[in-house]
Amino acid sequence: MSESKNYILGVYEDEDVLLDAVKTVRAGGVKVDEVYSPFPVHGMDDALGYKGSRLTIVAFLFGLLGTSLALTMQIGMMGVDWPMIIGGKDFIPFPSFIPVTFELTVLLASFGMVGTFLVISNLKPWGKPNLLDIRITDDKHVVAVDLNKNSLSEDVITKMFSDNGAIEVNKKTV
Amino acid sequence: MVEEKFEFTGKAKKNLFITIGVGIILVIIGIISLNMGGHGHEGHEAVAEGGHHAFHWTQRLFANLWINNVFFAGLAVIGVFFFAVQYAAQAGWSAGLKRIPLAFGAWLPIAAVLMLVVFFIAGHDIFHWTHHDLYDTSSEDYDSIIDGKGGYFYWPLHKGGFPLFFIARMVIFFGVWYVLFLKLKATAISEDVDGGTEKWYQMRKLSAIFLVFFAVSSSMSAWDWVMSIDTHWFSTMFGWYMFASWWVSGLALIALIVVLLKDKGYLSVVNANHLHDLGKFIFAFSIFWTYVWFSQFLLIYYANIPEESIYFVERWKNDHYAPYFFLNLFLNFFLPFLLLMTRDSKRHSRFMKVVTPIVIIGHWFDFYLMITPGTLKGNGGFGALEVGLMLIYAGAFIFVVLNQLSKSALVAKNHPMLEESLHHHI
Repeated sequence: MSESKNYILGVYEDEDVLLDAVKTVRAGGVKVDEVYSPFPVHGMDDALGYKGSRLTIVAFLFGLLGTSLALTMQIGMMGVDWPMIIGGKDFIPFPSFIPVTFELTVLLASFGMVGTFLVISNLKPWGKPNLLDIRITDDKHVVAVDLNKNSLSEDVITKMFSDNGAIEVNKKTV
Repeated sequence: MVEEKFEFTGKAKKNLFITIGVGIILVIIGIISLNMGGHGHEGHEAVAEGGHHAFHWTQRLFANLWINNVFFAGLAVIGVFFFAVQYAAQAGWSAGLKRIPLAFGAWLPIAAVLMLVVFFIAGHDIFHWTHHDLYDTSSEDYDSIIDGKGGYFYWPLHKGGFPLFFIARMVIFFGVWYVLFLKLKATAISEDVDGGTEKWYQMRKLSAIFLVFFAVSSSMSAWDWVMSIDTHWFSTMFGWYMFASWWVSGLALIALIVVLLKDKGYLSVVNANHLHDLGKFIFAFSIFWTYVWFSQFLLIYYANIPEESIYFVERWKNDHYAPYFFLNLFLNFFLPFLLLMTRDSKRHSRFMKVVTPIVIIGHWFDFYLMITPGTLKGNGGFGALEVGLMLIYAGAFIFVVLNQLSKSALVAKNHPMLEESLHHHI
């Protein structure tokens, strides 16, 4: 983040035009840094060539943490710290532990997943959103291309954007 | 769009006949080994305590016939159920593959005949409640609990005679399922010729009728055909439990047939996205089955009322069936849960070809566990007889389904949502 980035921003109005533009621009050899849109655009992940999200792995690991936490807690309390006979069952009646284990697994998996998502998408409370163009919070889509990461010249990329339906092409240094 | 037609080749038929042939040989081996002793011997001791007549190998054959009757009848009706759900939900994604579950319904008349025949031949060996002594107050076998439930089987005739109400339900269920299947099939085929959206609306209406009837009949058939084996015992979860088992094995079979047909070059309209949806169905309903299974188990375990917990004493706390009890959970929950968790596993046909047979066989074991302990007590086992009989049924079932598929177009080319299905993307 310390280095300044030179962005070329293609502004689009219609999501179908945007989707085609992203495909064409990428096919033309431009490395797209990010696409900002006010709502999820179906098929954008594929157009940007993203592989599947790794968020599910995070969810699985947090779920595993929940499972082990719940089992440790219940076995520790009911079986080790203060053993009690309840309903003539063993001190560690495993079937009775399953509902609580399930709940804690789901709870930690979902909280962990939401928390991780907020952090990695820079939506955390102390994060400063990277608003390259204020209109992406309203009705415009913006394709951001970092000039430093591209070998193509500024003029070529600008022309590509305007040839593919961009309503305007801006420059911004962050 | 080119009309796609499934060709039931001689090679496929030969393979199915070989499967059935191997099944028959295994059944014969199984029967011979039972007569040579082995299981039969320890059985005699167990039976002597119970005071019933001696164990005979035919009882094990009958119990197994009943397992397969119920399991495959379920698969057949689940195919129609899947088809109906797609119309009632106005689902577009499945438009290209709906002919496959629909073809399962062709097994329904065979299932009905088999069930009736086996009931009349072997009813006394499978269903304890069919013995007339139980309803005779002067007999020492008189059972006031079963007598109280007798009306559910025998009404309006006298208890212990001909179980008219029970048989009538069986006939009506199969009859209505089959008639609605025939109507749905005829409408679907006429859509291929006529086109338009009118047929779609007709099928949606028929589907709604089928679903309402199926909601009641699937629960009642679970009580009739399976829960009544353990006549004293009852569970309010049982209808759901058996439906869940049927449904998830049916979904697995649909996915398996879709994958195999795609391997043969059919079903070009079905891609990884549709497979992904089927995979999600199997994943979700494996968990649903576990949820229902566990809901039934936990309440009984926790309350520990003898009349209820006997069901799990016979299965879980019994050395004979405990391995199957855990195998059931392993095959039907842990394996599908872990194997189908990732996105990629649901999208790759190679992976689905591994998971779906696990689910189908796993749920066969679920039915094995529902039926065997109640019918055979300590004499149950798992050997050549079980495997063989399952192969015979599976071979015949697949034969009937593929034969049905080859009769009409494999893909509903005039389905109003086919275009939507082609663009399905997840």
